[in-house]
Amino acid sequence: MRTRWRSDSPAENRTAISTEQTLGAGASAEREPSPQPGGGLASARGLSVGYGGVPALTGVELEIGRGTRIGLLGPNGGGKTTLFRAFTGELKPISGELEVNATCATVPQTDRTRLDYPVTCLDVATMGALARLPWWKKPGRKDRAMALENLKLVGLGERSRNSFGDLSGGQRQRVLIARALTADAELLLLDEPYTGLDSASAALLDGLIRDLADRGRTVMIATHDVDQARCWDLVLCLNGTQIAFGPPDTTLNREVIEATYGGSIVEIPGQPGRGVLPPHHHDHGDH
Amino acid sequence: MFDLLSEPLANGTTVRALAEITVLGVVSGAIGCWIVLYKLSYSAESLAHGMLPGLVIAALVGAPLLLGGAVGILIAAVLVVIATRTSTETADTAIAVVITALFGAGILLALSPSSPPGIQDLLFGDLLGVTLTDVAIAGAVSLTVLAALWTLHERLLAVGFDKGSERSIGVSVTSLNLILMGLVAVTILVAVQGLGTLLVAAILVGPAAAARQVTRQIGPMIAISVAVAVAAGIAGIYASYHLRTAAGASVVVALLAFYLLAALAGSLQHRQIPVRR
Repeated sequence: MRTRWRSDSPAENRTAISTEQTLGAGASAEREPSPQPGGGLASARGLSVGYGGVPALTGVELEIGRGTRIGLLGPNGGGKTTLFRAFTGELKPISGELEVNATCATVPQTDRTRLDYPVTCLDVATMGALARLPWWKKPGRKDRAMALENLKLVGLGERSRNSFGDLSGGQRQRVLIARALTADAELLLLDEPYTGLDSASAALLDGLIRDLADRGRTVMIATHDVDQARCWDLVLCLNGTQIAFGPPDTTLNREVIEATYGGSIVEIPGQPGRGVLPPHHHDHGDH
Repeated sequence: MFDLLSEPLANGTTVRALAEITVLGVVSGAIGCWIVLYKLSYSAESLAHGMLPGLVIAALVGAPLLLGGAVGILIAAVLVVIATRTSTETADTAIAVVITALFGAGILLALSPSSPPGIQDLLFGDLLGVTLTDVAIAGAVSLTVLAALWTLHERLLAVGFDKGSERSIGVSVTSLNLILMGLVAVTILVAVQGLGTLLVAAILVGPAAAARQVTRQIGPMIAISVAVAVAAGIAGIYASYHLRTAAGASVVVALLAFYLLAALAGSLQHRQIPVRR
């Protein structure tokens, strides 16, 4: 999804802009210069979003720069996916404002894609080009070349001719990231990408996310794993409302984690300050 | 052997039937792949059955069948939408009720004393009765459908792969589904003349289902599906000529034979290459 909410307008117009977003699906591919190079990719002020006028997530205050990795922590129904939908423009703010000066693409969980479907990895990576093309235009040789480059970037250049369904879960996840890169997404929204990955695949994904951030892409990673969220540049804790936002070292204290998950954490013996959440908080399939 | 193949070609009726089934085979084989991949087989069959009252009324009042069919298919589609939106039953139950009711109404009209003879052609088609104009119309409509499928190929592929494509790559899922359903309806409309409301689903679904058994790539799948549809169509017409069997039904039997062959080939193939599920 390509969303462009213009930010070069006076402050008093911002509310109007935040509810009259410009959805650019099928729009031309030229990129607008960032109003604040090096930062100002997205910001939210008192943002509430929800469904049918009922807020599912309130009080979002954030400022995101380019090339950052943001962990999104929260329980099932805590608002992670709702926030993603606000970023892509699918949900409009109920109140407050959200400015996104970047093209966004959601990378879904791989178990929602079909394994028996007749596509190769290159086919899937090329699909991202559709985000940049008007509806009557087919992806061309350039788009295929770009898709292949992106497959190489995610470490799957040699698998481009393989059937998507023949890959492992971690590889499929990376093909979907390549698809988002072909869409020229500057803000990648990863929905629980670590679900079902073994540690080797998870380490590969860690490296890829770091690599993407180094190349100036901003990556938002929804997760339920507190320890993993400690690895990112910033964490955003959600539980129906924004609990905290900041660098993990200073943000992820016991109070914040408890408020995020609405329960007490179980201390790991011999590791003061570290804790795990009761197993029922480990959610899958957030809606 | 040569006589078996050349003899029917001396007959204008058979030649027109062969031309018609080739045109229908190409368009049905191509769109059939999307019907199968989008799991629309039941919807396609329902539309074909639900348009019967429109066809019968057109036959009764002497209006063009194409027009009657178009109105019939539109009414069926609207009723299906209303039924699935308002009914507390699941969508497939609501569709089954609406379509059976429409089909029953069509049969009731067809069996009325005032109905002209040959109304069974609406049920089973009349491949041997097509005129040059019919073939030309089928050809023009098929070309339009094929052009639309070619233009939208990558988008159809993307949305069939990921229903969340709206969010991930900005492709409008709803409008694409509507366009595909419209193309399916138009294809049924021209194919129903040759194969009738009862048999038309076979050529829409059979070849694509057969192709899916033997390949897991979209390009080859469409090519095989078209080839199967055309080959089965031609084989059916020849069989009908030599064995004096009903043309539409012979085509359907040939389609079934091809499907069984493909299923056999597919299961042998899968035994060799383990497939990750």
